[in-house]
Amino acid sequence: MSRSYDRALTVFSPDGHLFQVEYALEAVRKGTCAVGVRGKDVVVLGVEKKSVLQLQDPRTVRKVVMLDDHVCLAFAGLTADGRVLIDKARIECQSHRLTVEDPVTVEYITRHIAGIQQRYTQSGGVRPFGISTLIVGFDPHDTKPRLYQTEPSGIYSAWKANAIGRSSKTVREFLEKNHKDDLSREESIKLTVKSLLEVVQTGAKNIEISVMESYGKVTNLALSEIEAIVSEIEREKEAEAERKRSRLAATAAGQAAMSQRAAERQGSGE
Amino acid sequence: METSFAITGKGYVIVAADTTSARSIVKMKIDEDKIKTLSPHLLMAYSGEPGDTIQFAEYVERNIRLYQIRNLYPLRPSAAASWIRRALAESLRSRKPYSVNLLLGGYDTASHDPHLYWIDYLGTMTAVPFAAHGYGSYFALSLLDRYHNPEATLEEGLATLKRCIDEVAKRLVVSPGKYKVKVVDQDGIREVEL
Repeated sequence: MSRSYDRALTVFSPDGHLFQVEYALEAVRKGTCAVGVRGKDVVVLGVEKKSVLQLQDPRTVRKVVMLDDHVCLAFAGLTADGRVLIDKARIECQSHRLTVEDPVTVEYITRHIAGIQQRYTQSGGVRPFGISTLIVGFDPHDTKPRLYQTEPSGIYSAWKANAIGRSSKTVREFLEKNHKDDLSREESIKLTVKSLLEVVQTGAKNIEISVMESYGKVTNLALSEIEAIVSEIEREKEAEAERKRSRLAATAAGQAAMSQRAAERQGSGE
Repeated sequence: METSFAITGKGYVIVAADTTSARSIVKMKIDEDKIKTLSPHLLMAYSGEPGDTIQFAEYVERNIRLYQIRNLYPLRPSAAASWIRRALAESLRSRKPYSVNLLLGGYDTASHDPHLYWIDYLGTMTAVPFAAHGYGSYFALSLLDRYHNPEATLEEGLATLKRCIDEVAKRLVVSPGKYKVKVVDQDGIREVEL
């Protein structure tokens, strides 16, 4: 029945679904996880990166890219689709500078990207982009960090912290529990790594972190720095588990003592 | 009238352009910067039809930047010069060609040597040790033939440039008053006072 609505074009099904768009979202869910966290005056992008093959050049596999001096983008989903969309966005950034002599705002480029994605759900002979994106950056003459998300349908929205891709629901729930306003640089990075560790089992070597601290100031953390943060988080988790264990032991001991005393009282009462 | 010079030396290129913006016989502005920074090690002095010059220079600037963002490294001077020349050559064969003359000076951070290209509105390009555009070139080129030294230090290079400027001031009826001078070397780009 539904087969006839999900062939070549994005056509509504009778109950109002665009199957191709929903399949695109499915492609996003299969993609590697990406996390964005907005701090007080910093914004952090973290991505889960696949291990490169032994003979592959890791520099040619990028998941966090620059769109302009002050805007970075991470995506989840089909990498090839990402490349095309990123190139369109980069051209728009320079074109915007050429026409209005000002760099783009983060909201503007997000809207532009979402606009392209929407167009590919309503045009003939095309299929939607199989990617969601997280776009971070600073607006010109502004100190407030920005974080936006776009989806294959063309929806875009602003966030304090968000995740896309594989297990993004788990990570988002983790962020909802742990995100606070006005995080410092270190706290933001740590929260990003911590949330990624929820879904990345292999640890630091499969995590890539980009930090934007102010207009145009982007740093990619080295593997050693990420490893340091990961081991710090593990130490904290260890200590937490240790506390829990000792608390459990204490309550168990308390209970045992109590039941023993009760038994003794019963014994002396008789 | 519009004049621009460029001189290579040991590990640097000096690019100088006058700062007057004129319309007919009237000076409209005397502090116009006609040298654009295209990338961390690339300078372009432009002259010609006002309007065309700025339009073309900004177009080039944005495309060079786009290349750098796409590829994570900037175009080398020779590649940039070839691209710019082609843009002008294609423009020449369009309905409304740009009439812009350029001097492109850059420092190649890979091979560690300075490059200078003379490009005109017809899409001519030559790699040269020194170059000039405008009326000033008629006086400066013979001077540079005599005094240019590819091994000169920056001070010596600036002294040679001073000779050119003084000669133009002395002999040219409509000589420009002020020049902006920029240097590109391995440390990047900076403006210098003569």
